[in-house]
Amino acid sequence: MQISYFTERPYRGLDEDEILKNKAYFAVPNALFDREQAANDYNYYLDEYCYAEELGFDAVALNEHHGNPFCMGSVMNVEASILARITNKVRIVLIGNPLPVLKHPLRMAEELAEIDLISRGRLVTGWVRGAGSEQFFNNANPAYNREMFNEAHDFIVQAWTKPGPWRYEGKHFHYRHVNPWALPYQKPHPPMWIPGVLSPETARWCAEHRYPYLGLGTALGPTCDLWDFYADEAAKHGYQAGPENFGYLIPTFLAETEEKAQEIGKNFVFGGGQNAFSRPEHTLPPGYNSKGAIRMLAKHPGGSWLGVSPEKLRAHSDGGRPDTTDFDTVRQKLLKGYGKAQRNLQLLIGTPESVLPKAKTLLRVLRPSIFVFFNIQGPVGDEDRKTSMRLIAQELTPQLREYAKEIDLVDPFERTPGSVAYRNGVTRDPVVDREPLAALGMAG
Amino acid sequence: MANWTEQKAHIAEAELTLIKGGSGKPLLMLHDELGFPGWMQWNDELAADRAFVIPLQPGYGKTPRLEWIRSFRDLAGLYSMAVRELGLDPVDVVAFSAGGFIAAEMVAADPKIFDHLILVGPMGLKPEKGEIWDIFPVTIRTHLRATVADPGTTEFGSIYGGEMTPEQFEAFEDARAESARIGWEPYMHNPSLPYLLRGVKNVPTLLVRGSEDRIVPAGCIAAYTKAIDGARAVEIANVGHRPEIENSAEFVKIVQEFLAS
Repeated sequence: MQISYFTERPYRGLDEDEILKNKAYFAVPNALFDREQAANDYNYYLDEYCYAEELGFDAVALNEHHGNPFCMGSVMNVEASILARITNKVRIVLIGNPLPVLKHPLRMAEELAEIDLISRGRLVTGWVRGAGSEQFFNNANPAYNREMFNEAHDFIVQAWTKPGPWRYEGKHFHYRHVNPWALPYQKPHPPMWIPGVLSPETARWCAEHRYPYLGLGTALGPTCDLWDFYADEAAKHGYQAGPENFGYLIPTFLAETEEKAQEIGKNFVFGGGQNAFSRPEHTLPPGYNSKGAIRMLAKHPGGSWLGVSPEKLRAHSDGGRPDTTDFDTVRQKLLKGYGKAQRNLQLLIGTPESVLPKAKTLLRVLRPSIFVFFNIQGPVGDEDRKTSMRLIAQELTPQLREYAKEIDLVDPFERTPGSVAYRNGVTRDPVVDREPLAALGMAG
Repeated sequence: MANWTEQKAHIAEAELTLIKGGSGKPLLMLHDELGFPGWMQWNDELAADRAFVIPLQPGYGKTPRLEWIRSFRDLAGLYSMAVRELGLDPVDVVAFSAGGFIAAEMVAADPKIFDHLILVGPMGLKPEKGEIWDIFPVTIRTHLRATVADPGTTEFGSIYGGEMTPEQFEAFEDARAESARIGWEPYMHNPSLPYLLRGVKNVPTLLVRGSEDRIVPAGCIAAYTKAIDGARAVEIANVGHRPEIENSAEFVKIVQEFLAS
């Protein structure tokens, strides 16, 4: 079982009303940026990742977003480079580099090789397509997003494994001289874990490449469906998927008392939380979703996180949410969502005792071997953040590790994903356990 | 209401869907970035003595997307081939917005392809002043509303009124995706086009713009009049980017007079 620590590194100096006024984090005017605040936050978060190592987390996870106070990691590889040097044993997990918006896979191959070398082989690198808003921010043509993602990935793997120099003429990328001197420390290259928000195309691609798929706080029922889909695809490629193929990221905040945890935990919906990442018009750039996905969205909108909620889809065709300046009403609505997310196990808030059974349920249902704790959002102070980390590491994690052992959650370092052969004609092994869902009031 | 039909033409491995209606001398219509809105009043009036040929752009649902088309110039190449293979050249053309961009690329490559060139609120050139409104980071409804000065216009309501159906949503997304695919960067213009348009001589050209057009600024019209020898510009008062539906009587009159010239 790989227990990982993650934070979005939120910018902590922003008045919530500014986000509500903008109806999203993305596109909040940078006139509100405070250099001192940001300098403090960046340095603090690096220290916090070191603290995670000290507490015994197996890995620290970083991500990247652009032009967005929701996440300060606008150039994640910079932070990863620093962590490669100032930490000693934690794996550095990147979930992930947005390949299509960065548009330079050879440079990416070099940057990651350096990080892997400096850390002496502690890099786990992941790839993402980049959120919708990032296509606008980086002027990356969203209609070619998936193509560029695939091509950039294939190119990077080649750049790391095919002896150079060689020439590359692709559809979106072209290089005259591919011969990176610095190659990754790990052979043939660092492991790759792919985060996602339940896109079947991404899951199919992961299954084909035998890469673990990490659900980013996705709803339990649909996540089970996707795991099954992945496992079916894996069977087509001749292997049996297992816990080593799956990871799950869960927003979690612990405190010494239930009351305090519940109060501070509300910061997960600060400014609207993850659903306010970007406005509808920035979330769905043209051509970003496949035709199949658009058809499905038009008929059966669903999902959450940075994906598309029914409300967001409706707003896209209706012209946006109605204007409201009554932010207290907005906050009350957000708090309703806060309670619901906890009931659905998409947020873990409480004391180690109250959260343990919920975390165990997640492990039982989804059977992930990579479990990522996502620390609190909003303007929460250093001490409260660190208390939560300590409680997770010292009071929750040991019991979860025991439980993971008991239910045989073998991680990708214990068993190579895709290494268990699937025999034709034999029913594949289950990858999820839906039984507890009925008790939670979710479809079984 | 004139009879119109949907037909297929096989051009360079493409299965191009064509709308054909009316009778008389052919009139090529190139629709805008939102796709063919349907047979409108102005089509009906012109169809009395003109035979419309309206290709539906590849990627816009009815004509399958072509992988090799990656720019407006590529698309113009396909359409030029279609005009030649259908034996239409030289043909009169009326082209709207991004369709105007296609027509401009066609005439720049082959000035003999058109008899008369009518560009309505055309994209394609970087405006001398102002910007072509960015249609991508807005919701569909916001985009639609921005195309007209008065959303109460009857024909606008008949095309876009009521609840958006899943099919309409999908059609809009197809259109937006294809526009992004070929017009994302540089945004809906081609920096080399004005230079190539300077080689266009003796092609009667009319530029039409609504005075309240929020999509294409007057600076685009200025750039076209500078680039195309003898191009004439007319403005229709109190209408936006869709003069053909907001004031179809005036629009038809202007087009008929110009085509008769």
